[in-house]
Amino acid sequence: MAKPPLRDHRNRPVVAITGIGMISSLGVGLDENWKAITAGKSGVHRIKRFPTTHLKTTIAGTIDYLSGDFQSLTLQAGEHAGDEAVKMAGLGKPGDFPGPLFTAIPPVEMEWRLRRQLYSAADPAIDDAYDRMIAVAGEANDHHEYEQLMYGHVGEKLAERFGTKGAPISLTTACASGATAIQLGVEAIRRGETDAALCIGTDCSVSAEAVIRFSLLSALSTANDTPEEASRPFSKDRDGFVIAEGAAALVLENYDAAVARGATILGIIRGAAEKADDFHRTRSKPDGSAIITALKNTFDDAGIAPDAIDYINAHGTGTPENDRMEAMSLEKVFGERIHGVAISSNKSMLGHTLTASGAIEAVLTIKTIQDSIIPPTINYQVPDPGIVLDVVPNHAREQKVTTVLSNSFGFGGQNACLIITAEPA
Amino acid sequence: MSREVWITGIGLTSSLGEGLDAHWQAMAEAEHPKPVINTELCAPYPVHPMVPLDFDKQIPKRSDQRQMENWQRVGVYTAGLALADAGVAGDADILSRTHMIVGASGGERDYAVDSAILAEVGKAASPEEFLNDRLSNDLRPTLFLAQLPNLLAGNISIVHKVTGSSRTLLGEESAGISAVEVAERRIRGGQGDIFLVGSAVVAERKDSIMILAGGGWGWKGDPVPVWARPEKGGGSINGSVGAFLVIEAREHAEARGRQPYARLGPVFSDRSTRRPGEAAANAERQFAAISKAAHHHPLAVITGASGIAAPTREERDFLAGLMAKGEVSTVRAASNMIGTAIDANFASGVALAALALSRKGFYKPTDDTGFEKPLATPPEAIAVMTWGVWRGEGMGLVEAVS
Repeated sequence: MAKPPLRDHRNRPVVAITGIGMISSLGVGLDENWKAITAGKSGVHRIKRFPTTHLKTTIAGTIDYLSGDFQSLTLQAGEHAGDEAVKMAGLGKPGDFPGPLFTAIPPVEMEWRLRRQLYSAADPAIDDAYDRMIAVAGEANDHHEYEQLMYGHVGEKLAERFGTKGAPISLTTACASGATAIQLGVEAIRRGETDAALCIGTDCSVSAEAVIRFSLLSALSTANDTPEEASRPFSKDRDGFVIAEGAAALVLENYDAAVARGATILGIIRGAAEKADDFHRTRSKPDGSAIITALKNTFDDAGIAPDAIDYINAHGTGTPENDRMEAMSLEKVFGERIHGVAISSNKSMLGHTLTASGAIEAVLTIKTIQDSIIPPTINYQVPDPGIVLDVVPNHAREQKVTTVLSNSFGFGGQNACLIITAEPA
Repeated sequence: MSREVWITGIGLTSSLGEGLDAHWQAMAEAEHPKPVINTELCAPYPVHPMVPLDFDKQIPKRSDQRQMENWQRVGVYTAGLALADAGVAGDADILSRTHMIVGASGGERDYAVDSAILAEVGKAASPEEFLNDRLSNDLRPTLFLAQLPNLLAGNISIVHKVTGSSRTLLGEESAGISAVEVAERRIRGGQGDIFLVGSAVVAERKDSIMILAGGGWGWKGDPVPVWARPEKGGGSINGSVGAFLVIEAREHAEARGRQPYARLGPVFSDRSTRRPGEAAANAERQFAAISKAAHHHPLAVITGASGIAAPTREERDFLAGLMAKGEVSTVRAASNMIGTAIDANFASGVALAALALSRKGFYKPTDDTGFEKPLATPPEAIAVMTWGVWRGEGMGLVEAVS
């Protein structure tokens, strides 16, 4: 007799992870990254991509071994991560993935290189700078260059490469984007629309203007003298996040379909939920209620209690505000028990990969479960007396982990959380 | 689970005015509907510019308005109209579980800063260092947030208190189609009861015009209707549009005593490389599925056709085929009246379809090629169609609720 289909506590299909891949400043591929992460190695370094004169922050976790404009870098990183995940899953044929693509990508803007090129080629008799550029652009009639400036470019090219089905969705919910991309995949599989989804978060957008913009919001660490020690989540001396680049990909599948084709189940997305904040453009509600509701909704969706969590992959950006709010909200949801749960920030090593971070942290969470090694929070030298958490300081820890909470909170009030568990569900 | 999806609130702003009456008057009641096109503002590219909006009415705090770029203000304003229209504005309980999906691009740059830099950067010993210096000193800290695509949704949360969830799909027509599609499927599948979906686009922005110009997509010179453009070289006349919809599960609407404008049927999106025939092949599959789901036949079509030569010719041939077979009664290009609305293309099409069904009427032809036939009896089912300027094909069904 055939086994009855596996259903979760709400009688929905169970969502399995069957392929993962990633790339970051620490290297290409899961193995290289996991080796560095578990060794507590930092990928943060001095910015070499552009001159840093006049900048308050001169460090970042850029991917320096790829080259191209930002859309191209973001695409290349997404391709690397996607290639690895799809190959691992062994699903479909090359270039023919049997499901939709949900991709988290950074906002798109014309680069100064092109702006300057247009301006200098223009008729100086035209007064207005933008009219000058428009005149040149209109004569060039160059689909190729301008196509790359369009918002759907990266999603389209990824869809083309992997042969995903339907229109690709490009998400931009700031630092929650990676988690939201996964959530969209989870929802589609639970609705029974598809047996598989490819979720990719990719972000290579470290430009001088990006650094300046975040600096103007006082969001970035200025610990320029010791780049590898600049990202200090949960420490008393944390002074901001370190902007970084990377990508990660996950192949999600209906559990039964994955088992039926003999796939290796790497883990289960047990719960996914969100909550928007209405307080401020860059700050959370002081009482943490939006984050707390996002957490509660996630436990509700997963059908488990906070007691079941044995590790938290923190958002942990290293900004004074985020880490304080995250710790406070967790305490309100977990109660006293929070002080005994291991929690660490991958960003202490990778920096903050922004749009990609939710996907990268989901992938590293799966490695954490698979290998029973919890990555450390490095640079934890000066504990913050206001944040009493077991942050797995400075060294990775061998510990069996089966049920993990992963947090992602973004500017603009977007909060998303995932609960990832070991197989079986 | 498969639930019925109702459209219960509409916010619409464009060159034609603000709100449903303004659009109905201009597009259905006027003897000879006439679009509002400005040929000087972004010459040589004509645009349908946004009417002036009194932002204070939907964004009461000036401090909030200052934190937004114009496109965000238009979006937050129009979202407010939709929430008020659905009768949920100010209802803290419903808003706290209203999910939001926005299709958004990005905000306008600071032209003054860019212009000043461009005038001098070429003369600098180190242009890159010069850029660092000037951007560090001249950019306003809040401008970044005003430009971020996800901050349209962020500002809607702050101003209107929509906080169930907040997702932003990044730009172009496909984002606007997927926003409605995902919301429709989640409601139908029991993954949420009530959603705010939509987009806002400001066409008369020089940085947007630059992309339109660079891609060779812009119509130049005197405006002509979209169906006449393919033979004249083709091109898009972009329009400023804010379009937001409140859509919800029928049970949810009934429980709070609301009647719908219309029922939202299935929505489909797809991609193609736009080799000849590919977009039409997608549309054919989509139309077959929609036609099967429809309770009324034939269907009328509202499209946001851009006027760009190849896709518009292909779309025209595709629709002509359906009309010849009697499967489509008539076609209206909303883009003739409100312009190519990019991110807001699909949501504005759904809004106009729902409006027509609720008023038991239809829009006047706006086309001098004879392609848009007058309609003797008002439609009871409308297929809303959007083919992107460069990519993405979508279609959705909107039906009268008897």
